[in-house]
Amino acid sequence: MSLRRFVAIRVASTIPILFGVSVFTFALVHLTPGDPIDQLVALNPQISAAEEAAIRARYGLDGPVWQQYLTWMSNLLRGDFGTVIAVDQPVGPYIMARLPETVALGLFGWAIALLIAIPTGIYAAVNKDTLGDDLSRVFALSGISLPNFWLGLMLILVFALWLDLWPVLAPDKPLLSPAMLWYLILPGVTIGTASSATLMRVMRSSMAEELNKEYVTAARAKGLPERTVVLKHVLRNSLISVTTIAAFLTAGIFAGAVVVEQVFAWPGLGRAFVQAIIGREVDLIMAITLFTGVTIILANLLADIVYAVLDPRIRYD
Amino acid sequence: MALLEVDDLTVNYYTEEGVVTAVEDLSFRIDRGEKFGVVGESGAGKSVTALSLLRLVERSGRIESGEIRFKGEDLLSMSESAVRDVRGNEIAMIFQDAQTALNPVYTVGEQIAETIRHHLDYGDAAARERTVRLLDDVGIPEPEARYDDYPHEFSGGMQQRAVIAMALSCDPDLLIADEPTTALDVTIEAKILDRLDRLAAEYDTAIQLITHDLGVIAEVCDRVLVMYAGRAVERASVEELYYDPKHPYTVGLMSAIPRIGDRQDRLQTIPGTMPDLVEVPSGCSFHPRCPFAEEACTRTRPQLVDPATGERAGPDERSAACLAYTGDLDGELDYEVEVRGRDAGAATAESEPPEPDGGGVDRGADPDADSEGKADE
Repeated sequence: MSLRRFVAIRVASTIPILFGVSVFTFALVHLTPGDPIDQLVALNPQISAAEEAAIRARYGLDGPVWQQYLTWMSNLLRGDFGTVIAVDQPVGPYIMARLPETVALGLFGWAIALLIAIPTGIYAAVNKDTLGDDLSRVFALSGISLPNFWLGLMLILVFALWLDLWPVLAPDKPLLSPAMLWYLILPGVTIGTASSATLMRVMRSSMAEELNKEYVTAARAKGLPERTVVLKHVLRNSLISVTTIAAFLTAGIFAGAVVVEQVFAWPGLGRAFVQAIIGREVDLIMAITLFTGVTIILANLLADIVYAVLDPRIRYD
Repeated sequence: MALLEVDDLTVNYYTEEGVVTAVEDLSFRIDRGEKFGVVGESGAGKSVTALSLLRLVERSGRIESGEIRFKGEDLLSMSESAVRDVRGNEIAMIFQDAQTALNPVYTVGEQIAETIRHHLDYGDAAARERTVRLLDDVGIPEPEARYDDYPHEFSGGMQQRAVIAMALSCDPDLLIADEPTTALDVTIEAKILDRLDRLAAEYDTAIQLITHDLGVIAEVCDRVLVMYAGRAVERASVEELYYDPKHPYTVGLMSAIPRIGDRQDRLQTIPGTMPDLVEVPSGCSFHPRCPFAEEACTRTRPQLVDPATGERAGPDERSAACLAYTGDLDGELDYEVEVRGRDAGAATAESEPPEPDGGGVDRGADPDADSEGKADE
């Protein structure tokens, strides 16, 4: 009951955040010169000034910015996200068509990040100040330093071109087919590497700190095998701070998806976002931004709930 | 054969400031069912000794030499997995601060039951049942309901009881209690000590009680080892130690206990502090604080000797490490042991024959000694 209340309060408190994000993004898009009609006109020089004005009016692009914002907002509240002008399609279905691709890529990248980070973090903490720990540090530093687009290109070069293990371009198959899942690996690794580096360092330092606590000596003094001591007693305590970072990384993973989807020609939201910015598709930019905002907020909410599961001392009442 | 035999144990710590000898040439014996006290200031090497017995000294420390035999088997040459079978099962430890010794994210019951499942191969239900009984034994009310509580839902006293239950869970032969009541207030301390004492008898468990508090030793122990700067300085039965201390450091510790009826308005202390173990004073490490120190004390390190004969003492004989007993000092140890505000006879070590167990003192007058009149060596 109290948890439900906590969640309700948290969800309610996101509304002002999302409102702020929408105003800010809307303003930024309109501060940038040009709109979709300019591009349409540039491509079709035969369009007259009168026709241009008519098209603008049709998409509501002729009023002052505040008016446009109010129109957008009132449509949003009625569940209408607007139109993708270039293809004359409603934004809702346009996003829904691409969402599964990005969710699949994001979850995959996230899973890879956790799969790399948690075992190596544990290993580095348990073998602190040994060669393995130093190597993990090198890995972490390179993971943080390597830009996604470069790593993606290198993976394509090595694994797709030289070793010929992967197709260079995404095959045109349903998302949940073996060919597509196989193809997901390279972009997933690209997204996961950067996040795993950060996560791994947090895992290592938090576990190293926990390992010095007296309950660890006490657990050893009980005669428990080192495996149980580390994986049962220490791990659960160390995961608390890892959860925080994992939630933060949701934002990083989406940002990574924007670049990685470009590099790997992946038909998801990230690529749609880049195209929306190039085409000044206001409604689409707004929708994707808000959607991302909601996702990040939900990820943090999920982290708050995971805290309570991991640590009985945390109660939301 | 004693239950536990420690011979010439030396433990070094490798720190950035240099090598620290935390325990040096330490020997002692603990018999089955015996209550053995180890007393000294913080940093004397008491806890390191305890951890050595479980082979749990931290990574920077190393057991350099010596032998630790438990039931005749050398713990130091055992395989890691064999030592794990001893830990928690045959030798269990009660930690000083129960709050930090309990893992905050598992229930108290689970933390006790997992030891039972591990060592005794109990199933979940049987381990739970045994745990509930243990919680009951250590005096936790409603143990059935409390089983599923987390450590933060327990009071300090209850946490300490839970830790004792954890240590007793597999019916160990030796219980190492490292300052088990230091974190508690005095009324709870008395209750816990009393309970520990009773349980040890009930479970037929020997106790090595580590403390800086001589009052606690008097309440529980049969024999005592006094440690200073990593070395044993005196070994005696509780009565001998209290009525007839032989080492100047022990005498200092005794006079630092405030007693009812004392007329002084200041607490007696031993001047100075324990030396930094990186640079232990030459000769007798206590000499800078010792009121009887002579030039010889700065040069010669005293061995544990029988104070009556000056001969090297065996690991379970009454002994003190002071040059006064080997005839290397010009003067005498001139101090008085005062019991209950009454002069109990001056002990001038060299001139008078040592009194076997506190001789002329009226023992009935001291409630501490009264309850502990059992074991002399």
